[in-house]
Amino acid sequence: MTPRPLLQVTELTVEYGQRHAPTLRAADGVSFDVRPGETVGLVGESGSGKSTVARAVLGLTPVTSGRIRFDGADITHANRKTRRALSARLQMVFQDPYSSLNPARTIGQTLAEPLLVHSGERGKPVGERVAAMLERVGLPAKAAERYPSQFSGGQRQRVAIARALMTSAELVVCDEPVSALDLSIQAQTLNLLSDLQRELSLSYLFIAHDLPVVRYLSHRVVVLYRGRVMETGPVDLVYERPAHPYTRALLAAVPDPDPRIRTGRHDEPATPRGASQPTATGCPFAPRCAHVVEICRRERPGLLPVDGVPGGASAACHRAAELTPTGNGTVARAVAVGRPGNAHMEET
Amino acid sequence: MKTTSRLLRRPAAVVAVAWLVLLTVATACAPLIAAHGPLDQDLSHVLALPSASHPLGTDSLGRDLLSRLLYGGQPALLAVAEALVAHLVVGVTLGLVAGYLGGWADTLITRVGDLLFALPAIIIVLVVLSVFPGNLHAAMITFGVLGSPGLIRVLRSRTLGIRQEMYVAAARVCGLSDAQILLRHVLPRLTSTVIVQAALFSAVAVIIQAGLGFLGLGAQPPAPSWGGLVADASQVIDRDPWMLVPAGVPLVLTVVALSMLGDAIRDSAVESWSVSKLATASAPPPVAKEHAEAPVPGALLSVRDLTVEIDGVPVVQGVSFDVMPGETLGVVGESGCGKSVTALGVLGLVPGNGRVTGGRVVFAGTDLTASPTELARVRGSGIAYVSQDPMVALDPTFTVLSQLREAVRRHSGANREQARERVLELLAMVGVPDPEGVAGRYPHQLSGGLAQRVLIALALAGRPKLLIADEPTTALDVSVQKEILTLLHTLQRRTGIAVLIVTHDWGVVATLCHRSLVMYAGQVVEQADVESMFVRPLHPYTAGLLAANPHRAAHGHALTTIPGTVPSPREWPVGCRFAARCPYAGDDCRAAPVALTGPAPARLTRCLHVEELVSEGARL
Repeated sequence: MTPRPLLQVTELTVEYGQRHAPTLRAADGVSFDVRPGETVGLVGESGSGKSTVARAVLGLTPVTSGRIRFDGADITHANRKTRRALSARLQMVFQDPYSSLNPARTIGQTLAEPLLVHSGERGKPVGERVAAMLERVGLPAKAAERYPSQFSGGQRQRVAIARALMTSAELVVCDEPVSALDLSIQAQTLNLLSDLQRELSLSYLFIAHDLPVVRYLSHRVVVLYRGRVMETGPVDLVYERPAHPYTRALLAAVPDPDPRIRTGRHDEPATPRGASQPTATGCPFAPRCAHVVEICRRERPGLLPVDGVPGGASAACHRAAELTPTGNGTVARAVAVGRPGNAHMEET
Repeated sequence: MKTTSRLLRRPAAVVAVAWLVLLTVATACAPLIAAHGPLDQDLSHVLALPSASHPLGTDSLGRDLLSRLLYGGQPALLAVAEALVAHLVVGVTLGLVAGYLGGWADTLITRVGDLLFALPAIIIVLVVLSVFPGNLHAAMITFGVLGSPGLIRVLRSRTLGIRQEMYVAAARVCGLSDAQILLRHVLPRLTSTVIVQAALFSAVAVIIQAGLGFLGLGAQPPAPSWGGLVADASQVIDRDPWMLVPAGVPLVLTVVALSMLGDAIRDSAVESWSVSKLATASAPPPVAKEHAEAPVPGALLSVRDLTVEIDGVPVVQGVSFDVMPGETLGVVGESGCGKSVTALGVLGLVPGNGRVTGGRVVFAGTDLTASPTELARVRGSGIAYVSQDPMVALDPTFTVLSQLREAVRRHSGANREQARERVLELLAMVGVPDPEGVAGRYPHQLSGGLAQRVLIALALAGRPKLLIADEPTTALDVSVQKEILTLLHTLQRRTGIAVLIVTHDWGVVATLCHRSLVMYAGQVVEQADVESMFVRPLHPYTAGLLAANPHRAAHGHALTTIPGTVPSPREWPVGCRFAARCPYAGDDCRAAPVALTGPAPARLTRCLHVEELVSEGARL
């Protein structure tokens, strides 16, 4: 039996009113859950609504419709008081370690802030907890007296992680926590996140555009496109046997760090994705999809289990069943997405 | 407290503080200092020059000027303080509220502020004085309030910016209340702005209160006031010019001291947390003597021993490499290793105070470092440059067509119509789907991928033989990134252009490059063809970087990491610069600079322990 989810997002829709343009629907009926001790990866390109979902979970952006539950309690429209109480258990690590720390405050002052709200403790015990937490994330305790400008990007991100863990956090939302970091620092930070998860049985909602990073850290993954869930499932299944053409396109676009494969070296006609807008009622990916058929433009596909097995992957594609390979991932990779020529071959 | 001690280390601040303290104490203790009362007349000594009994002389009624100055100073300083307090209370409160809350509060406060702006302050002050005759307090408080819209506006826009900062969102996630956020995160960032504004306003207030006194609207004669002193002096200017000195100099000094103090406080308040400028440049670390070989015959670009300094500190040292025609060379490394500076150094475009201080750059047989005119000729037509962020590289005020046409005409001398044809041809060449339509657009109307294509078209306008691309795909989404990589590859096959690509992404290197150069702490540490480098790296840093890539890592297994961080140019050690992070490092590595050696054909590495690395199959 699966344990009760810690975070449950149901049909979440977030709209932004724009002054001179129609309302922008940044998240459109997004549903997923995060179980205790689990990492759920949220992937997609810019504009896919990843960060909007994160901000909605943390109450930083108003929700238009849908429901967000944390440990069973509805927090969709939680007021300030509830949010304050909740902030001990629900925390966030931001993308940019340069702007997420106030440059005018010492590391110690920044780290003491969550305690100020929750325990009301002051003075010596706070200093001791700050020092202990700094050492836990791999920084010297005397770093507390210094200012953010005296630290590198990787060290600042450690401080940001420490801030999220000062209170007894259960779910940490990580919004692109390593995308601003160099490769060797990125690996250090990912290891730290994964160690902390094991030690403190944390749950992560891990948002990133870098697919290998998401795969490394996540148990399950949610693929977003234009605010809608395209595919979701256990990470290995989705990466090895992507059922949605968009997931396949994303995975195929990652340059493989193996010169013998040379993914980008096909001499394709390098046309960018079409500028045409998806129809209001159809699949949002239809204009870019190589396998598009008439129904895709007319009817929006629901998110359905791919194999009909519980705990497997689900995809929002009319043709998921016929396009998904049954064996290993090789067939999927060979079906090149984005080549208009192939669509014909598929159809005939 | 720290701020105070830092403040007192600044000579200007010490002088300003000394003057203001002296003035305050002296006016407060006026009865103790002045030998005469401010109203005591000595008709035998009228308009006297300074003497022992009257240190600053006397006025036309024989009153002691020092005494009048000191007694007049009390209401003057009080008036300035009143105006300042009113100014700050109204300005800071309303500015913060408007900027932080936004919405209707912001609209209301901004409109009221605009209204106050439109009122002539000095006239309102005169009206107040006609209602409360001689009441300087009422006049100065009114002046403080009327002067606040400027402060409100400045603080409102600063607060708007700060409210968007991620650390405010982080504080909210931590559960801090609005009041706590304002007090802990917003106000401290505004301190310097407020101090500067307060100092400037105090200076104006000093002048204004003196002006009111001069007009006889403040303290009524014979009561002493600073403005009154100036008025008295102006009446006897032809008989006793000296009197202007005691009347005017304290005013001038006070205004100057306030401005100086404001600057000094601001500087020392931010000094604690802003990036401090390190004192002096230490001697550059030595580099191993390497024989700078002659350029490889047939090479399109030969860089030899390139050294670049920024603010007198070397950031790139002794870099040598060749790019053959039609070849793609990747420059790999982490930030702070000197990749981008090397690329810009080739073009002589090092940012800021940087300059190329040594080495040679030979392009197609011409030494560019020797001749600035050659360098200027080669830019664009011989070597083109594509930067990381296409949105920043395109001028937002011109259409795609006009930017590209300018470049085409600059290089070919074509007329407008011919140039337009060439622009459309270029856009088609970089795979822009609707060249005519895109040509008419402004940069903000382009997606990131399209903008990067336009930028590549711009680079190709002068038909260059070498394209230098600095992280051309880093700012783009993964699917767009693939399109751009494919485009670069296709262009290379069609036009035979050579590419020097700066990147931190091994995937880009593997996809696009023939050979690659790994840089660490300003030096080349390894150079090889891409296949060999991936299969058998010959430098521990290369091996570590390759292993740190999460691409092939299994879930649940710790990623291989390189401990520590890249040292900054001022911290470079004498010996191997990677030694502190390297599992193979020994005393030999730290003793002296390590030279580049060629342990295998067509391979270079800056490592003394290559054999260990190879035999152990990379322990990192």
